[in-house]
Amino acid sequence: MTETVSFTLNGKPVSLDTDPQRALLWVLRTDLELTGTKYGCGEGMCGACTVVVDGRAVRACLTDLASVRGKSVTTIEGLEQNGQLHPLQAAFHEHGAFQCGYCTPGMIMNAVGLLQANARPTRAQIVEGMEGNLCRCGAHQRILAAIETASGQGGQP
Amino acid sequence: MTDLARLTAMDRRGFVKALGGGVLVLVSAPSLTAGLEAQGRPGYPTDLNAYLHIAEDGKVTLFSGKIEMGQGITTSLAQMAAEELGAPLDAFTVVAGDTATCPWDAGTWGSMTTRFFGPAVRAAAAQARLVLMDLAAQRLGVPRAQLTAQEGVVYVTRDRSRRVSYGELARGQQITHTVDEKAVLRAVREFRVMGRSPRRLDGRDKVTGAGKFAGDVRRPGMLYARIVRPPSHGATPRSLDTSAAAAMPGVTVVNHDGLVAVLAPDPETASRALEAVKAEWDVPAVAVNTDSIFDHLVATAVPGETPEEGGDLAAGRAASAQTFDATYYNAYVAHAPMEPHTSVAEVKDGRATVWAATQSPFGTQQQVARALGFRPEDVRVITPYVGGGFGGKSAGQQSVEAARLAQATGKPVMVAWTRAEEFFFDTYRPAAVVKIASGIDAAGAMRLWDYTVYAAGSRGSDVFYDVANRRVRAFGASGYGGATPNLHPFATGPWRAPGANTNRFAAESQIDVMAAAAGMDPLEFRLRNTKDPRMLGVLRAVARAAGWRARPFPARDGRGRGLACGIDVGTYAAHVAEVTVDRATGTVKVDRVVCAQDMGIVVNPDGAKMQTEGAITMGLGYALSEGLRFEGGRILDANFDSYSLPRFSWLPAIEVVLVPNDALDPQGGGEPGIINMGGAIANAIFDATGARVPYLPLTPERVLAEIRKL
Repeated sequence: MTETVSFTLNGKPVSLDTDPQRALLWVLRTDLELTGTKYGCGEGMCGACTVVVDGRAVRACLTDLASVRGKSVTTIEGLEQNGQLHPLQAAFHEHGAFQCGYCTPGMIMNAVGLLQANARPTRAQIVEGMEGNLCRCGAHQRILAAIETASGQGGQP
Repeated sequence: MTDLARLTAMDRRGFVKALGGGVLVLVSAPSLTAGLEAQGRPGYPTDLNAYLHIAEDGKVTLFSGKIEMGQGITTSLAQMAAEELGAPLDAFTVVAGDTATCPWDAGTWGSMTTRFFGPAVRAAAAQARLVLMDLAAQRLGVPRAQLTAQEGVVYVTRDRSRRVSYGELARGQQITHTVDEKAVLRAVREFRVMGRSPRRLDGRDKVTGAGKFAGDVRRPGMLYARIVRPPSHGATPRSLDTSAAAAMPGVTVVNHDGLVAVLAPDPETASRALEAVKAEWDVPAVAVNTDSIFDHLVATAVPGETPEEGGDLAAGRAASAQTFDATYYNAYVAHAPMEPHTSVAEVKDGRATVWAATQSPFGTQQQVARALGFRPEDVRVITPYVGGGFGGKSAGQQSVEAARLAQATGKPVMVAWTRAEEFFFDTYRPAAVVKIASGIDAAGAMRLWDYTVYAAGSRGSDVFYDVANRRVRAFGASGYGGATPNLHPFATGPWRAPGANTNRFAAESQIDVMAAAAGMDPLEFRLRNTKDPRMLGVLRAVARAAGWRARPFPARDGRGRGLACGIDVGTYAAHVAEVTVDRATGTVKVDRVVCAQDMGIVVNPDGAKMQTEGAITMGLGYALSEGLRFEGGRILDANFDSYSLPRFSWLPAIEVVLVPNDALDPQGGGEPGIINMGGAIANAIFDATGARVPYLPLTPERVLAEIRKL
């Protein structure tokens, strides 16, 4: 059931002839070769595959391609502008808010969605917003600090 | 000369050629061998070396057999090299875990990188500095003693305008220098790069998503494999029908010597093909399950080592005013790295290349060579960033699978385990039982310590308390690859600070049982019962940082604090946990964790704290929620819905205090921060409620059950 699916990816139009029922995660990772978005659990339980669709953080493993038709998708690769790190990326780097780095793109993209909805969240709101993202290395304390640093600094993808 | 040494020597010639000009320094490092033998692992080949290459543009490449899985060792190793070489940190690139270019290494585990590989790196860099200064002396016509090397430049000490850069010195050179480890290293007071906390060298890669993990490797014509898995460990196939999968467009089926896989040019087709495979299995009868495992371990584990024995146990019992007999239990725990085991393999012209998520690239090289019938030197393992290991990526099963499938299909193959496969094939931290008989006299001095651990091994059972009548026995050896076959219903293996989490939980719980019976404050009881200066140091430091004041114990007002301490990988650690317990539900919230650590010279203070914070956060899991559920060889946890990892809302306030000890070489940093988490939280629950919970994890059900017994 191949169809043409068009959407905006990291600010640029993209068109794919493929099965629209496919998971966005695999379309990104294979067809589009954007491997920053990670597989962690395949069932929306870890957040490693988080991307932002029209300003909202979603799990790419549970998002079918059809649902992003005509929408704007931002992945971790789309945050950096003209060699400048996004405020969240810069804050994660500065705070050492990562260890192995595997969950990091999902953490940052989830935080992008969080700050889009609420530019200056409280610590409790950040915790609530990040609750579904897992990190096994235990960088949580620094991730919260990084998001607090970046909040209120724009953060528009 | 061992085969490995010959291989390294052979590869090195080609390697030096490929590097082109510059200065390459190799080091033979006996301390590495000693450290490994102490860990009971085979030693390094005798011509072991650490490579450091200074290129004609002044860029420095450090070749490390140790891999980066989040510990930050690419940064700390580069800091050590930069310090001794006198080069700026940003001149460094670290190549980690490539068997073709990096010095042989047993594997990245046991918090050994800084302790044992670090000295070799420092020696190589110190020697390189001398080589470069000799070149500069010739160039500038000034004796070496009158030169200073700093920031990648050698200049005449009294006339800084006469200078030459490392890059200029390396230009046109083809120097390969082999040294022993005796080079004079810089003293702590001279440190300019070590002892500081630069931002991590892998940071940009990781915040931009540009960093490559094994699953991000793409090879022309690569196939994605899904492998037919049994429903239970020990199951044998009764029937198999792959015809429907084979009929799907683009799908290749491999059925070779027990390895049955479906492969396709994209991962989704491979998954659909797997669903189309019909397999029936004979599953062995259930022998043990989540509940019966502890009796099984005690009944089955055979006597092993006795690491401590002294005095007379009967006399100790007689000298005790009070004795305490208790049993503690710990569950199987999964490593659950966020990156599941993944490898890409390519087999071409009798040679194999494997990109592997592994803690052991050289071990993987051997395993893959054996599986393919290749010589090890014809297998190259490249280790991209590894997405967490914690001991769980020590074995190379997925690499062998990928290599066999690449050989069978003639195409590059990726094997990327699903989360369910990751849970199924995890080499679990073994479940364990600890039995302790202990005693104190009327003054609260320890007189008896008879400690028996089943299936966890003895690591972390050190008796640093002053008790003359003592014995520590470990049954079932380490619990993995140990003396008792079939002790566990599935594979077990090393898990961050193997054994120590179980042993500190049991020992430190027992210490608090005695402190309470003696009517003593837990801190005071520990301070009075040990004379070990480093232990006293971390106990006092953690008490100060936590604001510990003596008060009635247990407090029994729903809020509690717990203390636990221990020794791991040469580092001393003491933790205080503060908790709130909902006495109606048994739910525990950890509000604050303070840790004091004496780890010798600290290479990167912020990196050390990062590891310790991570260990504390990870430790919340095994303490509060993580315990594998199983029925025989059937693993009942397949994803994060039923197997619960620590989350943001669990996060306590975490404070890490590094107790200065520059008289001691750097000690381990990856593991000590986790060893006391079970003990400190169990002790805090006791303080909050008066209930002693002898089981990990400390689930609400268990806490509530013990509260109701009061």
